[in-house]
Amino acid sequence: MNTEAPPEVRLARNRVGVLAAMKGVFARDIKLAFRQRQDLLNPLLFFVMVVTLFPLGVSPEISFLSEAGAGILWVAALLSVLLSLDHLFRHDFDDGTLEQLVLQPQPLFLLILAKTVAHWMLTGLPLVLLTPVLGVMVHLDGNSIGVLCLTLLIGTPVLSLIGAIGAALTLGLRSAGVLLSLLVIPLYIPVLIFGTGTVAAASDGAAVGAYMALMGAFLMLALTLAPFAAAAALRISLSNG
Amino acid sequence: MTEPLLQAVNLQCERDKRILFRELSFSILPGTVTRVEGPNGSGKTTLLRILAGLNDAWTGNINWCGAPVASQRETFLRNILYIGHRPGIKSLLTPTENLRALMAGRRPVSDIALRRALQGTGLAGYEDVPCCNLSAGQQRRVALARLLIADEPLWLLDEVFTAIDAEGVSALETLLHQRAVEGGAVLVTTHHNLELPGMQKLILGAGDAINEH
Amino acid sequence: MWQFFHKLGSPKWFFGISTRFAPWFLTGGMLLLVTGAVWGLAFAPTDYLQGDSYRIIFIHVPTAMLAQSVYIMMASAGVVTLVWRMKLADVFVKAVAPVGLVITFLALFTGAVWGKPTWGTWWIWDARLTSMLILLFLYGGVIALDRAINDEKSAARAVAVLTLVGVVNIPIIKYSVEWWNTLHQPATFKLTEKPSMPAEMWVPLLLSVLGLYLIFGWLACVRMQTEILCREQRSRWVKEFVTTGRV
Repeated sequence: MNTEAPPEVRLARNRVGVLAAMKGVFARDIKLAFRQRQDLLNPLLFFVMVVTLFPLGVSPEISFLSEAGAGILWVAALLSVLLSLDHLFRHDFDDGTLEQLVLQPQPLFLLILAKTVAHWMLTGLPLVLLTPVLGVMVHLDGNSIGVLCLTLLIGTPVLSLIGAIGAALTLGLRSAGVLLSLLVIPLYIPVLIFGTGTVAAASDGAAVGAYMALMGAFLMLALTLAPFAAAAALRISLSNG
Repeated sequence: MTEPLLQAVNLQCERDKRILFRELSFSILPGTVTRVEGPNGSGKTTLLRILAGLNDAWTGNINWCGAPVASQRETFLRNILYIGHRPGIKSLLTPTENLRALMAGRRPVSDIALRRALQGTGLAGYEDVPCCNLSAGQQRRVALARLLIADEPLWLLDEVFTAIDAEGVSALETLLHQRAVEGGAVLVTTHHNLELPGMQKLILGAGDAINEH
Repeated sequence: MWQFFHKLGSPKWFFGISTRFAPWFLTGGMLLLVTGAVWGLAFAPTDYLQGDSYRIIFIHVPTAMLAQSVYIMMASAGVVTLVWRMKLADVFVKAVAPVGLVITFLALFTGAVWGKPTWGTWWIWDARLTSMLILLFLYGGVIALDRAINDEKSAARAVAVLTLVGVVNIPIIKYSVEWWNTLHQPATFKLTEKPSMPAEMWVPLLLSVLGLYLIFGWLACVRMQTEILCREQRSRWVKEFVTTGRV
């Protein structure tokens, strides 16, 4: 073997752009979700059930519900996003596709961003779409429902982005689900406060532009920082496994 | 003297207060198949994961084509192919879709090439069956089909012979040997008795406890 | 310089030096705290609005300040862990997280005790108390995550990421809780000290704050020493220390 001329090494060049790679990750997650439709429905059912508990558990009176409705819907949405977060990386971790994702020759935080966007499209967005129906059921007026949907539209991606950090940190741990909630709920509080605060301001007849702008700022901050933190957390969790 | 593809210098890895290996230095030259050997718990898998950049609890240096991996991470990742214990196959996707997803970040592959690769690993007729309906061996074959269309010069294969039948094993052995002849390099761990012409061995110890610093 | 930095990261060096310094922290801290407390509780003038009940600030304010500082210290140590992989930094985080939790709880408890005579109820969703409660949750999360990960190094780095995310969030949480508070309770009596506090009040307050920080320093040293001994139990110097009592 030593007498032969050394074989020529052909190094591989990267021929896939970052955007194409992100699109690949996104498309795969969407396709997987539609293969397992029940998983798509679960957070929605949970959302509806949690909302149902309040008229039953507290009071079905119109005055109470129209006062507390926005908060109830926000908390329920927050909890259903929380419930779905465990799946964000878990299946990929178990079958090894997460390792392959980390080994892709693109910046990991962008791939995670693509995954998180897919997660939001599959959980957060359906919640927003369902909100008007539940809003009517808790006697919110039309204006409040509109503003509520807008705040959820801006707020749920923030929930998914922050949640991705928690999901990455708790990957592969025992009782990861409960731990994930413990880590993430305190970080969700500002979004909840501003989400419900905006609706309250709207129902008082105040202008909500500034509040919306602030929530937009939260979204921008989460979009720029959370994927980095999630990528770092993911590397740590994989290193452990 | 050819330039090594990958060079590990003074690797040390400590886990659970035990040194798995220390002062481990070796070079992977193009055109070689190297088998990592050692008893259970000697750190074979860990070593492969360290080389692939999945584990970062180590000290030392790893160079790719003469320069540190950390300085050229994306180039490095594009040039290695790692298949681990968990093969990276989604049970809800078909073999074709799985292969496509695995290649998505690396290079565009035509449908024909994908199907040919699957047929080459004996999965003809199963290309569009969801992987959850395949046997464990067949699922591993889906992962191995990647090797048939891989253009990465360095392969890191952890226990790839698991759950593969005798016929598949000999096909895989031929493939690894062929790869080396073509100028690629393969680093493999296996409990199966692998013997290839010109194969190199990297032997890890049983790992000794830390006595002092 | 680099050698000093390297030395600073060495658990053995720290162990040696801290066994000498820690007692001074304790004596200094106790002295200041006792002076501050006695002065504040017995000699400082009575508040014209709240009477004597305000005197709890000599405990409440130091704990509240320390509770926040400890989290920031942990996040700074987290940066060191992630960037330089310094062992001592994660020993610090692991050692002080429970201390931070207890201090935060004390701040909450004293706040509640103060609330009783001031508001007539143990708990009010006041902006400060609420942020303190969320800080308690953050500490709880850090400790829970640290305990859940078996591998020491992974745990240290995961906790570092979490504290960093938390520290980015703390100002946002504080701000949003304050905003939420004005939205719901526009006219509550605030726990904030009046800016024109007479010197007889703020000097003892300052003394107790300094005292508590020093005591925290002592506690951190002692807990870090314990943690170092656990981690390095197999190394030669620890065995020597255990048999001879010398480093």
